[in-house]
Amino acid sequence: MDRLTYDLVVVGGGAAGLRAAIAAAEADPHLTIGLVSKVYPMRSHTVSAEGGTAAVMREYDNLDLHAYDTIKGSDFLADQDAVEFFVAHCAEEIVQLDHWGCPWSRDEDGRVMQRAFGGMSVKRTVFAADKVGFHILHTLFQTSMKYPRIHRLDEWFVTDIILENGAAVGVIALDIRRGELARIASKAVVLATGGCGRVYEFTTNGFIKTGDGMALAYRAGVPLKDMEMVQFHPTCLPGTGILITEAARGEGGYLINKDGERFMQRYLPGKMELGPRDILSRSELIEIREGRGFTGPHGDYVGLDLRHLGEKAIHERLPMVRELAEKYVGLDPINEPIPVRPGQHYIMGGVSTNIHGETNVPGLYAVGESACVSINGANRLGSNSLSECLVFGKSTGLAAAAYAKKKDWAKGGADKEALLREETRIFDGLLKKEGASESLGGLRREMQQLMERDVGIFRDEKGLSDACAKLAGLRQRFADVGVADKDRVFNTDLTAVLELDFMLDVSQAIAWSALNRRESRGAHSRTDHTNRDDANYLKHSLAYRTDGAPRIDYLPVTITKWQPAERKY
Amino acid sequence: MAAEKQVVFRVRRYQPQGTKGPHYQDYRVPYLDDMVVLDGLNYIKDNLDPTLTFRWSCRMGICGSCGMDVNGKPRLTCGTFIKDASPRGIVQVDPLTGFNSIKDLVTDFDPFMEHFLSVKPWIIRKKDAPLAEGEYLQYPEELEAYRQQSLCINCTLCYAACPVFQGNSHFVGPASLAMALRYIRDTRDEGADERLERLSTRNGIWECTFVGECSVVCPKEVDPAGAIQSLKVLATMRHMRKLLMPKSASR
Repeated sequence: MDRLTYDLVVVGGGAAGLRAAIAAAEADPHLTIGLVSKVYPMRSHTVSAEGGTAAVMREYDNLDLHAYDTIKGSDFLADQDAVEFFVAHCAEEIVQLDHWGCPWSRDEDGRVMQRAFGGMSVKRTVFAADKVGFHILHTLFQTSMKYPRIHRLDEWFVTDIILENGAAVGVIALDIRRGELARIASKAVVLATGGCGRVYEFTTNGFIKTGDGMALAYRAGVPLKDMEMVQFHPTCLPGTGILITEAARGEGGYLINKDGERFMQRYLPGKMELGPRDILSRSELIEIREGRGFTGPHGDYVGLDLRHLGEKAIHERLPMVRELAEKYVGLDPINEPIPVRPGQHYIMGGVSTNIHGETNVPGLYAVGESACVSINGANRLGSNSLSECLVFGKSTGLAAAAYAKKKDWAKGGADKEALLREETRIFDGLLKKEGASESLGGLRREMQQLMERDVGIFRDEKGLSDACAKLAGLRQRFADVGVADKDRVFNTDLTAVLELDFMLDVSQAIAWSALNRRESRGAHSRTDHTNRDDANYLKHSLAYRTDGAPRIDYLPVTITKWQPAERKY
Repeated sequence: MAAEKQVVFRVRRYQPQGTKGPHYQDYRVPYLDDMVVLDGLNYIKDNLDPTLTFRWSCRMGICGSCGMDVNGKPRLTCGTFIKDASPRGIVQVDPLTGFNSIKDLVTDFDPFMEHFLSVKPWIIRKKDAPLAEGEYLQYPEELEAYRQQSLCINCTLCYAACPVFQGNSHFVGPASLAMALRYIRDTRDEGADERLERLSTRNGIWECTFVGECSVVCPKEVDPAGAIQSLKVLATMRHMRKLLMPKSASR
């Protein structure tokens, strides 16, 4: 069974991948869909999203307001046509999820409830307590089970995209359990593999978030867009990096320094704790650098103070925050502030696509955090990412299904060649390699520490040049990493080496894109170029893979009706 | 690592292509009080033995993938602290009871998926309203009726703790039954009848002898034992109604 065929292959079983698969299944009941995921879908990192998902649902709100909040939050790097499409479709996805059983939190009138979130000018964030990603993921996963044409390949790891005459015609994947490679032929491929937080040392992201789909597309000739735009979330637990949701501030939580002062009054008096994430994370770091942080065993931090909210509100709307604080910090937020510091959380950049998820390779699509449409530009607003997975998951699933329907099967040959090439690379080159001089864990740690130090919240020319040079060195040393586990069955030593290979590609794209953007915009904060420079950089970065350093090119930003203005809150 | 204390991890190994059968292997692991058992396993994998195999991802108790037996009890290893799990300086880690080991601590998850699928864990309706009409109204107390069962993370600790499942792997099992109740109690769902019909047959709810261990080990307070008892009441009422009023509507 080294060859499987589906009309459509979806790689990744998180919110974006599942939404795309369901959309395709509903559009055409005869279409066969292979849903390939390296973990059982309900393990996907969507599960960890906490705070909510944005949609215009009430009379006090309107689409232009959501669009402008998003565009302003993006520091005007978002494509405005994409944002307009996005905001127009969020509400129907909330209703769709309701019809599929999502346990949205409710108002007394029985309608879905909405809460405040950073950078959103009104209460716009729909939620299901503070386990929103968990509930969305399980709702989609359970709903996907009723479609017999969605055939899941759980715990299969995609290693390469099969190209024929420049078009994507399937993937090569490792059946982790059997330890065998197989070709999965298809007419179209959707990448929905999530972000790449694990290239950083301190991240909220789970272990599985290694940028696989980004690297796969990059290797297939698709540019990665705006990769320098990395989001650092202001409230992560020191040590573990576990996320404390922005809903804690949406519900009224304060950020305090060691003097008990709400320090955001110094940086953003108009918005205080409900400012966008990039500004909050920088403010926290300045507080800490200027000696106003608390000191702890895992470094300095600031406090997230929920005490004034009271037990009832915390219990009803922030149960997971309390659970995490009690379990991992040993304190009850009803009585004590929670220690927090900024940590890598999300990447605005990703596989360059349009609003239908299409890339420059025919038949290859990307969606969700792995993609960059772009609606998030230089800084994503909290609660726009789950909505993005739903809205573009649907549009991408529909586009891929329509493409697959009218396309003929590939003539054949390319898949066999690709399989042989991957078997040689992975089994002969990696698994059988003896006398490896570099350790996987060691090299991965070096990459993560390097990215953390030089490609983090504050950046400059010297650090970024240094990071680019060192990443090239790590790429060379990767050739000396081996696989200690020689047993093919469920070989997580092997998959971790393949993931590091992907992460090194993605890290280089991030560092080079950051080096070349000599301005400060949104999450990209250059201490040597502190102002936004619209004359030179009101454009998307595109990183193309070469045998050496990435080639950086640019693409204009689409402006429809909101002219770039100073981003003041 | 600046750890003062050391502990022995005694880990059940099974390498299907290896020459040794299942056996225990000891590793010395330095630790701090805020380290969980999963951190210890990752310390081993990154520093001592890359062949050690286990599943994990979120490390915050929500993805459900890192369930194992820790000192003989089913636990999420990301939520079990080493300091609490090593009373005699030893942490023993085994694959979850009741599931076959594929390799080391990785168990075969497919039997659970089959049971889970069998309860039709999705909204069943005769007719779906158009999306343009908006969300179905659901009042906070109606949400509360199924909220607890909707918190299941599919970690299968409850199966590992269930003596009925250990004796009969065809038993639908705690988490899947709790999920059936979750949908039956959802005001948007109309599938109660077909689910109760299915669950009243062999290997369904009547297999449960109400030992209650499933609810003890559940890391999310889903209370599958309570859910199964509720299903028994619902199934009995349905049965009585059919006997007494054979022509009445099924709900």
